[in-house]
Amino acid sequence: MSATGKKKQVLLDIEGLKIEGFTGEEWVPIIKGVDLKLHRGEVMGLIGESGAGKSTIGAAAMGYARDGTRISGGSIDFDGMELTTATESERRALRGARIAYVAQSAAASFNPAHKIIDQHTEAPLHYRIQKRMEAQEDAMELYERLRLPNPKEIGFRYPHQVSGGQLQRAMTAMAMSCRPDLIIFDEPTTALDVTTQIEVLAAIRDIVDQFDTAAIYITHDLAVVAQMADTIKVLLKGEEVEQASTEKMLSDPQEDYTKSLWAVRSFKRPQKSRPKDATALVSVQNVDAAYTGGEKVLEDVSFDIYEGMTVAVVGESGSGKSTTARCITGLLPPMSGQVLFKGEPLPPSYHDRTKDQLRQAQMIYQMADTALNPKVRISEIIGRPAQFYSGLKGAELKSRVDELLDLIELEPSQYYDRYPPELSGGQKQRIGIARALAAEPSFIICDEVTSALDQLVAEGILKLLDRLQKELGLAYMFITHDLATVRSIADEVVVMQNGKVVEQGPKEEMFTPPHHPYTDLLLSSVPEMDPNWLTTLLEERGVDNVGESADV
Amino acid sequence: MGDIVSLIGKRLGYGLITLLVISVIIFFMVEMLPGDAAEAILQMGATEENLAALREEMGLDRPAIIRYFDWLAGAVVGDFGVSITSGEPVSAIIGERFVNTLFLAAYAAVIAVPFAVILGIVVALLRNTLFDRVANVLTLTSISSPEFFLGYVLILLLAVRTDMFPSLASLSADMSFGELLHRTFLPALTLVLVVTAHMMRMTRAAIINLLSSPYIEMARLKGTPPLKVIVRHALPNAWAPIINVIALNLAYLITGVVLVEVVFVYPGIGQTLVDAVSKQNFPVVQACCLIFAATFILLNLAADVGAILTNPRLRHPK
Repeated sequence: MSATGKKKQVLLDIEGLKIEGFTGEEWVPIIKGVDLKLHRGEVMGLIGESGAGKSTIGAAAMGYARDGTRISGGSIDFDGMELTTATESERRALRGARIAYVAQSAAASFNPAHKIIDQHTEAPLHYRIQKRMEAQEDAMELYERLRLPNPKEIGFRYPHQVSGGQLQRAMTAMAMSCRPDLIIFDEPTTALDVTTQIEVLAAIRDIVDQFDTAAIYITHDLAVVAQMADTIKVLLKGEEVEQASTEKMLSDPQEDYTKSLWAVRSFKRPQKSRPKDATALVSVQNVDAAYTGGEKVLEDVSFDIYEGMTVAVVGESGSGKSTTARCITGLLPPMSGQVLFKGEPLPPSYHDRTKDQLRQAQMIYQMADTALNPKVRISEIIGRPAQFYSGLKGAELKSRVDELLDLIELEPSQYYDRYPPELSGGQKQRIGIARALAAEPSFIICDEVTSALDQLVAEGILKLLDRLQKELGLAYMFITHDLATVRSIADEVVVMQNGKVVEQGPKEEMFTPPHHPYTDLLLSSVPEMDPNWLTTLLEERGVDNVGESADV
Repeated sequence: MGDIVSLIGKRLGYGLITLLVISVIIFFMVEMLPGDAAEAILQMGATEENLAALREEMGLDRPAIIRYFDWLAGAVVGDFGVSITSGEPVSAIIGERFVNTLFLAAYAAVIAVPFAVILGIVVALLRNTLFDRVANVLTLTSISSPEFFLGYVLILLLAVRTDMFPSLASLSADMSFGELLHRTFLPALTLVLVVTAHMMRMTRAAIINLLSSPYIEMARLKGTPPLKVIVRHALPNAWAPIINVIALNLAYLITGVVLVEVVFVYPGIGQTLVDAVSKQNFPVVQACCLIFAATFILLNLAADVGAILTNPRLRHPK
């Protein structure tokens, strides 16, 4: 059979799929009748915001319903086998052997108690496809194809001994172990840095091509899916919005919702420049820092933040962005160097700072879920800093909380008495912002505040932060690895790598060449909507360079 | 590996310090009790003069601090002084009985620990089924009944009605090992019933706690059968809490079995302790307390080490 003939053969045919989830009281529909047809060797991108049901459909393609969900209608036909009526053991026999799964967080999805290669060979041994030695040799060959460093040795390490990007590739190799017909990729690069993401994307694309495996690629990142998929299906709240080939979908989306997703990265605000003759609001000077007993994680970090301005601190994970924030807030006293506030040095440890010094620098965290106590009412979460810093009580305190809720665009009467778990991700992040504002700070550190949010929601948060900055004259230190966010809101940019500042300056300057080589690497690694972007980039860099930054 | 050795060394050091603190507490608590060894010996015949004479003879007139270090120095080499009632060395009195207690504890542990862990795995696999509920109710019933009551029920069923096992667990030196096991089966079984529930429930909870982890879902999506998911993927990560509960129960088997000893007339250390307390036999009380404290510390230390050894992050550092 010719390659084109092969592609026409339908591998997976889902019709009218309905899935329900249990809320604790009743079953509510999650997927409301979705059709999906996938041919052999085809890669389909499923995109949508969180709650769209992408992962649920991905799991259903394996005949798997997560705990608390059930497939309530429709049919799932995998290569002639009807999965909704098959027995559990028949379905189980497909998993790992003919349909494989690559999870979002490889670090969490590898069992910490076993060596990587033992987890890799589990399926081939279980299905008696290979003997242990054969399976191990095959694993090493796959590691080599996925450009993992030391392919002969890396499998004999435990998951915690290997970096995130390498684990993600090892997981792709594991999915390939039985040469499945179909792989479900569930947001495989979402948790990775942009520079690492490229390596993983390239590796996944290669291996899927080499073995002509069909794939469902689930993601919320349009630019990523544009590189990977032949066709794209857009989902919203458990229903299909539209489906088209990748090029058509990018150039000519039909539905309004799709267009709004495409337009989401459009928020921009004019860049401000430093006020003349003013002292910096916060000045980090030659800070070195280390965690107890560890190596130095910050080395000679210096930058200034002026009143009313936004300074974006960018870099890969482990580059020292958050540690710098901890030094500024006094959570981690620096080994040497100092932090000035309006020209006055701040005591290194927060224990020694006055209430007024403490109130000036507030933080907003990445995971609003874990940063808010789930058992405390909204009114108390916001009211507590207002009470602590401003000594407000009774009616005064209540009116202050109402005012803060108004500021973050949440109706006070509706939210005053509610608890964090009742709110959506975006609303929780707004509460986090209100809590920071309650102290009446002049400076707020935003630590990856939008990375856990969907693009539309993130956009709303950025607009809110911008409005607050204008109204209250706040300065922001914006920690992020997302350069699109930097483009939209930053006035100045500080690029960090391995605990050092490699480059800093006004945004316009930073985004126009020439760059420091590391800045260049970061900038060029941000996926673009052009479906040929990855191919072009890999050609420019040369394949050999792709795996470089992953070396241990 | 060097990390682990130093980690264990550190724990051992802390254990010794704890034991030292406890020895201070034991000695001075006993010191604070009304009366002393001289009064206990002379009892009704005590006059001011012969009490003073006896105290001088026994060294009781020296300051408490000095007597403490004297006692501690003896305890380190296994000399806990002499019994007030019989004049024998304390170590001779409790030595043999402590061995008996250890034997009974080991007997019960060898049955109870594997039984509880395997039962825990099975109920985790069959969670929320009838079997799970029945196992839970039965083990909870056995843990909630007083152990002397369990002992009497077992005597009634297995000794009186069916005559399979002797109701009294008296020992003699010339018994064969098989006979010993047969003789002590009922007290051991009583202890098994008492400690199984706790360990089984912790095994079940620790495993179920992990079942929502991404790596468990990954194992399922690789087609791993349910039993293998639990034994190979969940259990290796669940050991730390299980080991801790096992250690606590082993400590109970050694230090908390006095009621069972009384019911079965077993010559263990618990009875000796009760005896010594009622007769104000201070050297024996102090020695027993110190041994019990050491047992607790040693078992908890073993649990800590066990938990460290089952953690791959500590076993295989980066």
